[in-house]
Amino acid sequence: MTERLNWRRAIATGLRGLLVGLVVVIMGLPLYWVATGALKTNQEIYTFPPVWIPRQPQWGNFVEAWQAVPFGRFFVNSIVTTLGAVALELLFALLSAYALVFVRARGKGLVFAVVIAALLVPGTVTLLPNYLTVGRLGWINTYQGLIIPVAAVAFGVFLFRQHFLTLPRDLLDAARLDGCGHLGLLRHVVLPLSQPVIVTFLVIYLVAHWNDFLWPLVVTNRLEWRTVPVGVAYLYQVEGVQNWGPILAGTVMALVPMLLVYVVAQRWIVKGIGGGALKG
Amino acid sequence: MKVLERTETATRARPLAGARLERLRQAIDEWPLFWLLVAPNLILLGVFTYWPLVYNAYLSLMQWDLISPVKIFVGLENYRFLLEDSEFREVVRNTVVFTLGTVGGTMLLGLAFALLLDQPLRGLALARGIVFAPYVLSGAAVAVFWVNMLNPRFGLVAQVASWLGTVSPDWLNHPRLAMVAVILVYVWKNVGFSTIVYLAGLQRIPQELYEAATVDGAGVWQRFRSITLPQLGPITLFLLVVSTIASFQAFDLIRVLTNGGPVNATTTLLFYIWEQGFVAFNAGRAAAAAVVLFALLAVISWLQVRLGERRVSYD
Repeated sequence: MTERLNWRRAIATGLRGLLVGLVVVIMGLPLYWVATGALKTNQEIYTFPPVWIPRQPQWGNFVEAWQAVPFGRFFVNSIVTTLGAVALELLFALLSAYALVFVRARGKGLVFAVVIAALLVPGTVTLLPNYLTVGRLGWINTYQGLIIPVAAVAFGVFLFRQHFLTLPRDLLDAARLDGCGHLGLLRHVVLPLSQPVIVTFLVIYLVAHWNDFLWPLVVTNRLEWRTVPVGVAYLYQVEGVQNWGPILAGTVMALVPMLLVYVVAQRWIVKGIGGGALKG
Repeated sequence: MKVLERTETATRARPLAGARLERLRQAIDEWPLFWLLVAPNLILLGVFTYWPLVYNAYLSLMQWDLISPVKIFVGLENYRFLLEDSEFREVVRNTVVFTLGTVGGTMLLGLAFALLLDQPLRGLALARGIVFAPYVLSGAAVAVFWVNMLNPRFGLVAQVASWLGTVSPDWLNHPRLAMVAVILVYVWKNVGFSTIVYLAGLQRIPQELYEAATVDGAGVWQRFRSITLPQLGPITLFLLVVSTIASFQAFDLIRVLTNGGPVNATTTLLFYIWEQGFVAFNAGRAAAAAVVLFALLAVISWLQVRLGERRVSYD
């Protein structure tokens, strides 16, 4: 009886392991493909059956990609845009949420509703009007144009407000009694107690802005103002399908920054997204 | 003795004074500070989220090429055109197929992956990490290397096809399969999100429920149907709404993989709006299509929540 049960359990475990292996292969193989493809000679890329391990890593592909399009400029643009937008959003989200929770005023409910309702407006509908606004401001091909229109926050305010509401009342009252003003409360009590949420916020918005494609595509039209995602698509267009080595190398360069962020901050991303879903 | 008494009253008096001060403070409405803190964000939301809604609606009543100084008022002509245009009907059909395929694909696979990976084993943490990784990657970059993989002569699909004893079709240039390919790439890239959300949901189901059911003699399938699925109800509803909205915003994958083609086979609503606005310079038509998209999305989200709430129990 127990022996049969053990057998069944062993088969179930084995089957499960097999399925997990299959999932890992399906999800991971494309990443392996692009990573090794970036190191292949064109001859190795254009053969069938495919070469699984490049005979001699072709680091020159990266050099060629870097020279074919102004990759350095793309990176600078992406870094400035991403950091600028995320910094502004963090500031706005923290200040708005702080005001909504800790500052005494009427009309809080309405303000919160107006902020949250923005989540319901898809970026699609605002695309053309915002392009026209930015054009009228003379912001095409500028950092302002890339950053300011995407710097308003809705979800972030929600995230911080929910967190602030869970902070222990006693601690806040004690700080107030000790003569803490709003600035002191924010700096010495609220911010130190919000570090995990801040990290979650940073990672979510960092990834979103670094990968954004449509807005930078629309609001810039000169090559030196393109960001990394738009630049990679451009590299693919100019090199055509004749020169896959450098194209894949360029793709890897575009993928690596977020992969690094992911490896470092995986814990917070997973917690933030999973937790956010449960609260929402 | 007296000194001691004094300090005692002093320490007792302090919180009292504090409380009075507190009450005094509470009476003061700090509205200038409040508005100062929320204003920057509210102004940006106004200029770049709410005003565009109005302006877009206005543009949808115009005929305009984005350059000429005059916009010609044409009333509902743009909407009438879209309603009667067979190309636009195809675009709507494509959007429906794409949304059903991507939302269904990511959610079903996400649930399956989560059930598979929901165990506190060391190796599984790595597997979870790999499943979620594509979600943080740039869609444009992902699309570029998938173009390479989908090449029927030397791509990964050619190898997989040959393992299966067949020959790979030319996915991205096939009138039907192009859409299938775009959906597959989208699901590959985004399935990690629903997996993570479902995993978080699974971990919140109380183990006692399963233990009680096992004592009652419930099998694996029965436990799944009567405990796991209902417990995941609210999360499923959340995912349904969020995934649908995300799917409507898909652009970079389509732009790089097929550029909406072949012909219009993979042109979805958002892609059509972008094409009309920024390639064909037809602002009115793009704006009208954006209104259609907004309305469609609003109705779908509302229906999902309404129908969902009736079936899902929160407790």
